[in-house]
Amino acid sequence: MRYMLLICGEEPETSGSEGSADLPGCDGWAAEMARRGVLLGGAGLQPSGTATTVRVRDDEVLIVDGPFAETKDQIGGFALIECADLDEAIEVASSHPAAGRWSVEIRPIWE
Amino acid sequence: MTVGNVQAVLTQAFREEWGRVVATLIRVTGDWDLAEECTQDAFALALERWPADGVPNRPGAWLTTTARNRAVDRLRRQAVGAAKLRELAMTLRPDDPGNDETAVGGIPDDRLRLMFTCCHPALSMEAKVALTLRTLAGLSTAEIARAFLVPEATMSRRLVRAKQKIRQAGIPYRVPPAHLLPARVRAVLGVLYLLFNEGYSASAGADLVRRNLCGEALHLARVLVRLMPDEPEAEGLLALILLHDARRETRVDAVGDLVTLEHQDRTGWDRSKIDEGLSVLDRALRRGRPGPYQLQAAVAACHAEARTAADTDWWQIAALYGRLAELVPSPVVELNRGVAVGMAAGPAAGLELVTALEESGALTGYYLLPATRADLLRRLGRRAEAAQAYRRALEEVATDPERRYLLRRLRETTDPAT
Repeated sequence: MRYMLLICGEEPETSGSEGSADLPGCDGWAAEMARRGVLLGGAGLQPSGTATTVRVRDDEVLIVDGPFAETKDQIGGFALIECADLDEAIEVASSHPAAGRWSVEIRPIWE
Repeated sequence: MTVGNVQAVLTQAFREEWGRVVATLIRVTGDWDLAEECTQDAFALALERWPADGVPNRPGAWLTTTARNRAVDRLRRQAVGAAKLRELAMTLRPDDPGNDETAVGGIPDDRLRLMFTCCHPALSMEAKVALTLRTLAGLSTAEIARAFLVPEATMSRRLVRAKQKIRQAGIPYRVPPAHLLPARVRAVLGVLYLLFNEGYSASAGADLVRRNLCGEALHLARVLVRLMPDEPEAEGLLALILLHDARRETRVDAVGDLVTLEHQDRTGWDRSKIDEGLSVLDRALRRGRPGPYQLQAAVAACHAEARTAADTDWWQIAALYGRLAELVPSPVVELNRGVAVGMAAGPAAGLELVTALEESGALTGYYLLPATRADLLRRLGRRAEAAQAYRRALEEVATDPERRYLLRRLRETTDPAT
């Protein structure tokens, strides 16, 4: 089964290049998961201050500055994984360096 | 055999076999709804056939085979792919369900996987409890809804969502591997313990289904012990349930008022449950791997073994709570230790522990904290302070029998005649 891991947490106050991309251990985790054949893809995201949200209503494109929901916690990165079952996905998610500081949401992909 | 006898056999078979048949059908079909429906069909067919044909030698095997055949029929009608049907047929024997001598041998008990899957940590506690009662105990959705005081539609949605999550999130149908086992066993025990407590705390006037949750928890704990014979905490939970359940009838009086342990009529305790509980606990403790359920059962055993309230070995109970607090630090355990110390060493020593707990603020809003303080103060003869503490407990108490108990105590401390 495929799962999306969403790295969620409070964004750092600092702007610019500071963010979850700098989280130590991410590269090592990705390399290890790729070696195991679990990791299909993933990336760290720039801060939500860089986000633009688009909606189309009555054929009109509405553009808003900012993320889809203005919440304290934001998505800072994602990984697409392929696992045997939820137990393996939980093991993979809990070994992600972000799990020790933020939260990792595991979402199954429609197959 | 009369229809009445067949009914009795069926009732017995339902308790023993429902979960087993459902568990096997889920393994074979991978479809929880289909498994439940086919199991239901098999019991309906038994009700129709058994009075005329006689009860088969092995009712469980008959029911499993019948349910499996029904599953194949249904899938065939739904034109399920040939590959899936072949796979199903591989696990099926062609025996006549009436001739079941050989069928049972090949059917493993799948209830353990079902228990672990129902109690998977990715499910909410509400979902775990509902799934366990539906699939393992065979309660109807309406009964589960009544037991948990929610509308049937709510419970039905809860079950649908839980099964959807198992399927869509890929929760595996298996006994977890060794490295996950300790935490998962705790999860299963936690669900059974909650079931028991729900039933145990139900008032005398509560719905019978709700009170029967104790019986369901007891049954499932027995099944778990049989399926995990080397797990001392499963035995600990079974012993705990037995020792508490033995006192159930004496906990409330004729008008529904709470009777504290001290005042319970000990001749009304169920001796056979106590004996069984003590022997199960003894077996568990001899394994030398104590855990929270074994320790709580050991406390219950101290009470069960005391001929009168005055004979209770409170030093032993205080020591057991001390040990429990080391394993699972919790303010509620500390409060219980305070009560035990208050009985063993006198109310002043107990009050010291309870005061420390109050100052920590860990149990703010929990009525048993001021209630315990009040009892200790009353025993010390500090009546005005006791009355004040009873009033505080009354502000936080939830159930009627407990409220009436506190009111009675409050009257005693404020009545100059006593």
